[in-house]
Amino acid sequence: MKVLLSWLQEFAPGIEGDPVELGETLSALGLAVEEMTITGQGLDGIVLAKVLDLSPHPDADKIQIVQVDSGDGEALQVCCGAFNMAVGDLIPFATVGTTMPNGMEIGVRKMRGQESNGMCCSAEEIGLGEDSDGIMLLTNTADASRVGQPITEVLGMETDVLYDLEVNANRPDAMSVAGVARDLAAALGVPFSFPARAVERVGAPAEEAAVITIADPDLCGRFTARVLRDVTVGESPQWMQNRLIALGMRPINSVVDISNYVMLELGQPNHVFDLDTVPDGVLNVRRATDGETLVTLDEAERVLVPGDGVISNASDEAVSLAGVMGGLSTEVTEGTTNVLLEMAWWDPPSISRTVKRLNLPSEASTRFRRGCDWGDNIDRAMDRFCELIAETGATIAPGQIDVAGTVPDVSAQTVRTAKVNGLLGTDLTADEMADYLTAIGFGATVAGDDLSIEVPTFRWDVVSTHSAEFEANIAEEVGRMYGFERIEKTVPKGGQAGYLSEYQKGRRLVRNVLIGAGCDETQPMPFLAPGDLAAVGLSEEAVSLSNPLDASESVLRTSLMPGQLKSIAYNQSHRSPNPRFFEAGTVFLAPQENDRGEMLPDEHEYLAVALAGEEAPAAIAVLNLLADALALPNVQVRNADSLAGMHPTRSGEVVIAGRTRGVVGEISPSVLRTFGIDGRVAWLQLDLTEVLNGPHGKRSYRPVSKFPSSDMDLAFVVPDETGADRVRNTISKAAGDLLVELSLVDIYRGAGVDDGARSLAFRLRFQANDRTLTDDEITNTRESIISAVAKQNNGNLR
Amino acid sequence: MRQNEAMELDALVERASTEIAAATDLESLAEVERSFVGKKGELVGLKKTLGQLEPEERKAAGQALNEAMSSVAAVVVDRRAVLATAAEAEQLASERLDLTEVIEEVKRGHLHLVTQARDRLEDVFVGMGFTVAEGPEVESAWYNFEALNIPEWHPARGSFDTIFVDLGEPETTMLRSHTSPVQVRTMENQEPPIYIVAPGRTFRTDTADATHLPAFNQIEGLVIDKGIGLGDLAGTIESFVGAFFGHEVKTRLRPSYFPFTEPSAEFDISTPSGDWLELGGCGVVQPKVLENCGIDPEIWQGFAFGFGIDRLAVMRYQLDDIRELVNNDVRFLRQF
Repeated sequence: MKVLLSWLQEFAPGIEGDPVELGETLSALGLAVEEMTITGQGLDGIVLAKVLDLSPHPDADKIQIVQVDSGDGEALQVCCGAFNMAVGDLIPFATVGTTMPNGMEIGVRKMRGQESNGMCCSAEEIGLGEDSDGIMLLTNTADASRVGQPITEVLGMETDVLYDLEVNANRPDAMSVAGVARDLAAALGVPFSFPARAVERVGAPAEEAAVITIADPDLCGRFTARVLRDVTVGESPQWMQNRLIALGMRPINSVVDISNYVMLELGQPNHVFDLDTVPDGVLNVRRATDGETLVTLDEAERVLVPGDGVISNASDEAVSLAGVMGGLSTEVTEGTTNVLLEMAWWDPPSISRTVKRLNLPSEASTRFRRGCDWGDNIDRAMDRFCELIAETGATIAPGQIDVAGTVPDVSAQTVRTAKVNGLLGTDLTADEMADYLTAIGFGATVAGDDLSIEVPTFRWDVVSTHSAEFEANIAEEVGRMYGFERIEKTVPKGGQAGYLSEYQKGRRLVRNVLIGAGCDETQPMPFLAPGDLAAVGLSEEAVSLSNPLDASESVLRTSLMPGQLKSIAYNQSHRSPNPRFFEAGTVFLAPQENDRGEMLPDEHEYLAVALAGEEAPAAIAVLNLLADALALPNVQVRNADSLAGMHPTRSGEVVIAGRTRGVVGEISPSVLRTFGIDGRVAWLQLDLTEVLNGPHGKRSYRPVSKFPSSDMDLAFVVPDETGADRVRNTISKAAGDLLVELSLVDIYRGAGVDDGARSLAFRLRFQANDRTLTDDEITNTRESIISAVAKQNNGNLR
Repeated sequence: MRQNEAMELDALVERASTEIAAATDLESLAEVERSFVGKKGELVGLKKTLGQLEPEERKAAGQALNEAMSSVAAVVVDRRAVLATAAEAEQLASERLDLTEVIEEVKRGHLHLVTQARDRLEDVFVGMGFTVAEGPEVESAWYNFEALNIPEWHPARGSFDTIFVDLGEPETTMLRSHTSPVQVRTMENQEPPIYIVAPGRTFRTDTADATHLPAFNQIEGLVIDKGIGLGDLAGTIESFVGAFFGHEVKTRLRPSYFPFTEPSAEFDISTPSGDWLELGGCGVVQPKVLENCGIDPEIWQGFAFGFGIDRLAVMRYQLDDIRELVNNDVRFLRQF
């Protein structure tokens, strides 16, 4: 919402002072100033000029030669990039020597060899609105006798302050100049009032010209109408056009401009019907029937549903989409003379639903959706409209048709001052609160420690039958007027301890281990393109987006693999051949029903580690680091040959405490080709949700032995199909409690070892806590291990 | 002892000293030592001849021999010390390294900038007595809107630019547009008092450009306790900002509007140039929201606040394009 200081002053002349400070006061009220502009300044040197001749530029297509009269009656040549002028048009013209509001200096220059002595201006260039398409044409608004006079005089432009305010979605009143003035006047402690409007009434009364009924009172709280006669549709006066332009609206014609002007000034949207297109002046407000159609002003046929509100005629045909857009059949046109002026209050949720369903936002519906005033402001806006249109020669019929529907209940409600103070953290008296509230139009009387409050009809947002909500609403109003900045800053006295959960600590540990292992953390977005999952051999079954920004981002990932591979490919194409990446991120698995009966994806946090240029053992090494850091119990890798996206002979499942929790190994060469990746990629993916919610982090103390240990190396020739982990398990079991360390130290294939087998060399360390081991003990254990490996793993000591 | 024998012994010690002094390394010294005082050494050999002497001569001769052996041993010790020092010096000289001549084989990895910002924020709030709550990224309309007092017709719904997912009836399931659903879930499942922050990814239909991403990160805070008001909110924000940005940075609240808080505010922080920068939104929790989550607003009051994590990272390092955060280019990731 934009407001002009001069317009605010029409309601509260005491609003004055430093424009920046006024802006800060507006912001502190919750009407944040997004931009402040001083208008009508810096236009010295810009005059009204007349176009005398137009001719093509001999050497350029995009500019033309214009001859103008800038006041001395002589032809002055300029080059201009706009083509919307005709000979005889009046335009704003910046003479040589002018400094434009944007700082540009106008001098004599040559454009493709042709001299240019000034500049023809667009509306935007002289600070009149945002229209920068073409030169501003003043042919119909300015008098040709004023050619050469300063444009500020010709257009009646005065120095003014324009505030662009961010009005919150709950403030219906602040969507008007008068409403902003009321708030600002209250904050500044200066008087606020509405100027009196008087209009002469002539002819047959309105009640004789129109009959209005409300069939659905929940839709329409109040419907008022006046009848205007002798209406002519022409151009609005320049002062009105200037204000409309300043506030971001384009002048159309006198009737539309007055309609918009009244809406901007008082916040009351209004609609005009050509009364002669309404048989017998009969109108009825009702809900639409299912499938009913209406051609709206934009010439589109709208198919309606019962939630929509319509205004229908004597034949029960919809002629207007209530509060949203008028109908084409009753549109006011150049030939219109008799007008029915409608001002009504519509149920905000109903308007919101229709606007959303038909995607038809407008300045009017924006106000209705927030809840307009159903009280005096309607009559005030009627008076204002009539006053302004009377100045164009229209006559106003006596009377006003006023039909009541159901309006919100604003009878007095009790508010506890202690609750208001508690919500704000203030210590205000009931009287102080009452003063703040009455200054912005509330009825507030003190009753002991309580306040009895009547909400003004222009604050639908504050109305609530829910007493706790009502008290909170009132607390906000009191707080706004008291000033949020004056509220004492305290901290809660809860005194509880803060901490990270075991899960969160585990995740941080994982990240820290991985950066220690030289991996960089990535965070690709979780969206995939259709086909990305199939490209890594995964099911295409995944949750998709209904309104994706881009088809290539329309599927929610069920694996981190496509995202990681895309990141590697991206880096390889930017001369970083071997990135080492990890990511901890959400995947979205098959939807499950929650206890509210809603279907939501089963979300898991996955961990992926992708090591470009590395082979499978590198990923196992990372797995082992994590297993050690998290103290994961019983981590095994089970060779497997058909894991999605994985190398068929170099990958396996990660099994933790007997449950499959991920995959490890290398990415399949064919998948790497699909993603355009060179070299191998070692890969680890773990279901972090399961891993960190499962057993981990348990460590038990084992006293450090004071007795000597004894080391032993054993190498077994074992068939290739027997996994090294199985040999390891056999050794571990056979060695018993005396074994304190066991590691695989060498793998050998070649001379001396049969084909189809390899030698696995293990290093073992034995130690007891209570004695030095005897040679016999060691020898016996050795024999047990050798015979167990022979028996269970078909392995022979080498 | 006879004169000539004594002279012989002196000559022997003299010769030993000369040979010891001539030894140039520890090995040759050991050899010289062996040849005089070893098992088969010359001095030890003389010892064996003592038995042939008369008892009265034997004592004096033995004493002289022992003295000779001691003096040779002492010379050996001195010489060994000299040679050992020289040997070590030679060894050290031979292993000289140019420490500027290092091939970097071990490189550390890097936490993502957003993770770093998130961890720092979590740490500040943990220090202020908060725990960290998390929740799903796909939510139902109940958690994302309705429980938060944003009914289906509410104009505020439009301002969230929600990305919906294809589950159930149209527009009933969505990528969460804020982390407020985590607040609802926490209030549903936990008895007050509640002191949580909820960091995480959120989503809007914003086309990616230099200042927008459709997936970005937020952190929200929620306090539900007895007697909590706007003053506590203002004080908590001031404490957090002081700890995170430095105590010279000031804060202020400006009235605003959110359906889930009443009163509502935006909060600003001061900049070194003296301007105010809007950081996030906040307010006192709407009583209806408390009731929707099964909390009695007559007993409990609370506040909530929220702001963007990515934006803090962008501000801290003055990134000129927020898309760097999701491009995963190592040339970017390794800078932090």
